[in-house]
Amino acid sequence: MHRFANPTRFLRIAAAVQPWMAGITVLLFAVGLYMAFFTAPPDYQQGESVRIMYIHVPAAWMGMFCYAAMAVASAVGLIWKHPLADVAAKATAPVGAAFTFLALATGSLWGKPMWGTWWVWDARLTSMLILLFLYVGYMALQGAFDDRARGAKASAVLALVGAVNLPIIKFSVDWWNTLHQPASVVKMGGPSIHPDMLWPLLIMAVAFKTYYVWILLVRIRQELTANKVRILRMRQVHGG
Amino acid sequence: MSEFFSMGGYGAYVWPSYGMAALVMVVLLITSLRNLKSTETTFQRLKAEVGPAKANNNEEFSDGDEA
Repeated sequence: MHRFANPTRFLRIAAAVQPWMAGITVLLFAVGLYMAFFTAPPDYQQGESVRIMYIHVPAAWMGMFCYAAMAVASAVGLIWKHPLADVAAKATAPVGAAFTFLALATGSLWGKPMWGTWWVWDARLTSMLILLFLYVGYMALQGAFDDRARGAKASAVLALVGAVNLPIIKFSVDWWNTLHQPASVVKMGGPSIHPDMLWPLLIMAVAFKTYYVWILLVRIRQELTANKVRILRMRQVHGG
Repeated sequence: MSEFFSMGGYGAYVWPSYGMAALVMVVLLITSLRNLKSTETTFQRLKAEVGPAKANNNEEFSDGDEA
């Protein structure tokens, strides 16, 4: 793994992998959206509104996945001071925040016709809102220090502390009596959802994941290049 | 066709969901790509200014064709 963790080598590999990720993402979205709208059946209770699920569920999964990735990268950055780890965590935060926002917004658009309300202070909804605030707090804290290293350290600690929210989100539907439905895909005994709905959902979920990898590569490349720019600027100021 | 867009009466909820997701994800992607391009342009310009001789001494500033 250390071979790929060298920033210079990483830059080269990332530039080569990026167009492949772009292609795979576009292809998966084309297939996933086609299935979501044309092959997946309407729900027997929810009718056509169930199609919101193909955006809502992958966005919510990715909101949590990105946070977990950010927390792991932060831990690696804190413990081993790896140069790529902090960069990866920083690059992930806005993407994870966007996914979490989309999960909340599409959930609201789904909740209105099905539950009769845009929002309830239900355990699942509230813990997802806290996840969004954790992302925002992480980004704000990172930018709040003049010393970049201190900003990275403080925000990494916040990311780790906030990770306790992840199991709370996952199990909120079991621990509390919520309006939100319990898990029907990732649960003991396998998915309880029909394959005609499960397949488009899984393809959309993978499309969201490859989108994340694609954008992550772009953002890490940007961060690493910005670091080089900073070093050159410093050298320019100090006259070499 | 209009039946498809009405989504069994749920069109007002389904389409905004997809529209918002597309908007957020496309905007995030485009800003990230543009940001990368402009940072790379700045880097190339600075590298030329600071002097290729100095910059090349450092492995960090090579374009990545080392073995």
